[in-house]
Amino acid sequence: MPRTLYQKIWDDHVVDVLPGGEALLYIDRHLVHEVTSPQAFEGLRQAGRRVRRPEATLAVADHNVPTLDRGGGIAEPQSRLQVQTLERNVAEFAVPYVPLDDVRQGIVHVIGPELGASLPGMTVVCGDSHTSTHGALGALAFGVGTSEVEHVLSTQTLVQAPSRTLKVELTGRLGRGVYAKDLALAVLATLGAAGGTGHVIEYAGEAVSALDMAGRMSLCNMSIEAGARAGLIAPDETTFAWIEGRPMAPRGADFRAAVAVWRTLASDEGAAFDRTARLDAGEVAPMVTWGTSPDTGLPITACVPSPDDAPDAASALQRRRMLDYMGLSPGQPLADVPVDVVFIGSCTNARIEDFRAAAAVAKGRRVAEGVRALAVPGSGLVRRQAEAEGLADILAEAGFEWRLPGCSMCLGMNEDRLSPGQRCASTSNRNFEGRQGPGGRTHLLSPAMAAAAAVTGRLTDVRALI
Amino acid sequence: MRPFTTLTGVAAPLRAANVDTDQIIPARFLKTVERTGLGRHLFAGLRYDAEGAERRDFVLNREPYRRAEVLIALENFGCGSSREHAAWALDDFGIRCVIAPSFADIFATNSAKNGLLLVALPRATCEALMADAEMGANARLTVDLERQVVVRPSGEAVAFDIDPGAKARLLEGLDEIGETLARAPAIDRFEAARAAREPWRPAIRL
Repeated sequence: MPRTLYQKIWDDHVVDVLPGGEALLYIDRHLVHEVTSPQAFEGLRQAGRRVRRPEATLAVADHNVPTLDRGGGIAEPQSRLQVQTLERNVAEFAVPYVPLDDVRQGIVHVIGPELGASLPGMTVVCGDSHTSTHGALGALAFGVGTSEVEHVLSTQTLVQAPSRTLKVELTGRLGRGVYAKDLALAVLATLGAAGGTGHVIEYAGEAVSALDMAGRMSLCNMSIEAGARAGLIAPDETTFAWIEGRPMAPRGADFRAAVAVWRTLASDEGAAFDRTARLDAGEVAPMVTWGTSPDTGLPITACVPSPDDAPDAASALQRRRMLDYMGLSPGQPLADVPVDVVFIGSCTNARIEDFRAAAAVAKGRRVAEGVRALAVPGSGLVRRQAEAEGLADILAEAGFEWRLPGCSMCLGMNEDRLSPGQRCASTSNRNFEGRQGPGGRTHLLSPAMAAAAAVTGRLTDVRALI
Repeated sequence: MRPFTTLTGVAAPLRAANVDTDQIIPARFLKTVERTGLGRHLFAGLRYDAEGAERRDFVLNREPYRRAEVLIALENFGCGSSREHAAWALDDFGIRCVIAPSFADIFATNSAKNGLLLVALPRATCEALMADAEMGANARLTVDLERQVVVRPSGEAVAFDIDPGAKARLLEGLDEIGETLARAPAIDRFEAARAAREPWRPAIRL
């Protein structure tokens, strides 16, 4: 019987079938960060349990870390304690750890693929919902809570019920000034914030094949914003070429053996999906969200919607609340909305390709008066490469602050956060109330659109600047 | 894990869809290395103003809902981040059961691991239960997991569905890790077979 890519990876990892019909699923890679792991390690300690496979585990601190200066360590006591706790735990349980002063340090979902730790066909988990990012490599990758972190540390498995499958077919080709982020926001606007709940999404079609790996990661990263467990893209020549030579990837004959297996990782002709959605990528314009849910993306050429047009009373109420929080009026053109802050970063958009796109717009221009613009690379290696390519200089000359790697203003667990009422054009993944700081207002968009907002001081159609 | 069997208590209506985990527990309160003590930060952005004073208009700041053990909300409750702190914060506040038309996947798993019962009921039923809850202190709901019913103040019993495995684990408060460790020989066999078949699989090496 023809199988989907998801079913193939699933079948390949079933250790045992449990009496209730759930599977005990083997986990190949466990990525660990400082925020969701302390209670899991403490659980192991209290029960006298060990980490079953430290060599399948990779730890890094990213959520809490300062991006301005680390010379004096972490000033904020609670953040410092959380990072120190991780350092103590990885030492005690012999888990491989990328230290804060290592050039390889960065956001867990940037460094996993970058170092070749996450590979096609693997099961990858992390105590972080954006683990879906690694699906871009053709890995079944999903976020878990701390209890499941402890379960994986202790057993290298998880108890899982199979998900339903949703094929998102993206036809056509992206237009000029339109990126994977725009595609992700368009898909979300189509599916809705709960449209993928209970499902694993497989992205396919001409527009997906044409994406580079960074774009595929942005797309899979946002799968969770539709409620999907994971997003998947079948690995192809683009994937294999990108992986070859990465530090932890197989080499030589091993690499060739791996690729032979990875080539089988595609949904079979005629494989049945529970649902299918289609979108013409050629129709997608640069997108920006207006509300406090990531599914509120609209083309930059659109106007803020009215609650009166909402499909029912409850959505009208929800819309009114969002407009009130966001300080927007129905009918206001999105391209007129002034911004206070611009953030280019996060596990969605902090790869080298993202900074190339931003720098192409910022080159020779200046960040608008009164706008604060942050560029936060996803890893030390991205930072180094951006500096080598001259992108850091372009951004700095334009007036961007060029920072050290970390999650930063995506969720404001370090010092990088919005003040109440501040409006931010952000390349991150969530525009929830208070996400970037209490009272902060977030508009999600692509790195090129963020750079356009930075140099004009308002949400802007980047196509006019390139 | 603490088992869930039955409870009778005050239910608080939270008339909102897509209540995300950043609302349930904002990121700035995740800097803890403990599981307990998060109840005071539950819904912090909705519950307190910029000066830290309670907002009168938020349901959990009003009597009798300060003592709520059940929360009733709308679709897609718990969407967003994987933070188990959301389940811990609800639990630490005293919420033992959330009723809504639907829940986000990771939040649902996290809740199950912490003995927090999630009851999915159609929107119209949730609306009716919210109307019950708005009657205040005398409008207690009973949630009986064994019988799979929510009993309204009127005495009407509303049946709900739950996965039998999840139900059994909640009723017994099982230690899932302990159960899996008992299957260690199967995990050993899986690892050995795969290492033989695909010796190229790399380990994490820094």
